[in-house]
Amino acid sequence: MSGLLALWCAAVALACAVLAVTRPVIVHALIWLVAALLSLAACFFALGASFAGAVQVLIYAGAIVAVFVFVVMSVDTSAEARGRERERLATGWRRPAAAVILVAVPLVAGLGVGGPALVAPQGTAQGSLGALLFGPWALAIEVASGLLLAALMGARHLGRRGAGE
Amino acid sequence: MNAATLSILLLLSAGLFATGFFGLLARRAILFQLISLELMLAGPALGFIAGGAYHGGQTGQAMFVLILILAAAEVALGLALYLALRRVADVEDADTITRLRH
Repeated sequence: MSGLLALWCAAVALACAVLAVTRPVIVHALIWLVAALLSLAACFFALGASFAGAVQVLIYAGAIVAVFVFVVMSVDTSAEARGRERERLATGWRRPAAAVILVAVPLVAGLGVGGPALVAPQGTAQGSLGALLFGPWALAIEVASGLLLAALMGARHLGRRGAGE
Repeated sequence: MNAATLSILLLLSAGLFATGFFGLLARRAILFQLISLELMLAGPALGFIAGGAYHGGQTGQAMFVLILILAAAEVALGLALYLALRRVADVEDADTITRLRH
């Protein structure tokens, strides 16, 4: 039952994602992105990954989208900009779609035929996530925190007005 | 959760990745490309969570945390770069900055 719910939520997320990348107005695309991320969070909850679901709601659909909204507030959304975006998308979608098919077909085919066989689940060994992250994976977390710090300093540097322009 | 459910979930996560990839290639405005990048990262995240839920254990969620950190760093830098480019050269689209110096 929870598997069906997860499938349904993931399908909804895929539909919202398709809508998000095809909208001509940035605000509409952003709202569909939020819808896709929230249905992914519901899918995570249905799969039993409640920490991932909560973090998805709080950070992805909360913080990251809020940062997007701050930038979108300063974007040109006039009717002619909308029409230009719509016309560009109407003329230039075929070659990207062909490239995506070239990438996705081997991916999907490999999943069915040549890919690693799906082994049976090995029980439900539920360890603690924190013990994993700060035990064996501590180095990865440290590298990730360094990445976040570098991104923070880079964003701070790029956002500075005046100097060097 | 059985193997068929996992297969369909992996297909859906591949679909999410492909959708984001299409958006990245088809859209020219930088903000749309950043949204597409978010979707490209969300697809593998779904795959990791589905695999972790199938096999039991916490590694799927741990990988999700790492992907989340990557997405946050990417968005922060991408948006700061976009705002800086718009302030300096009034750049809206990715194909107007084909040269880094002039």
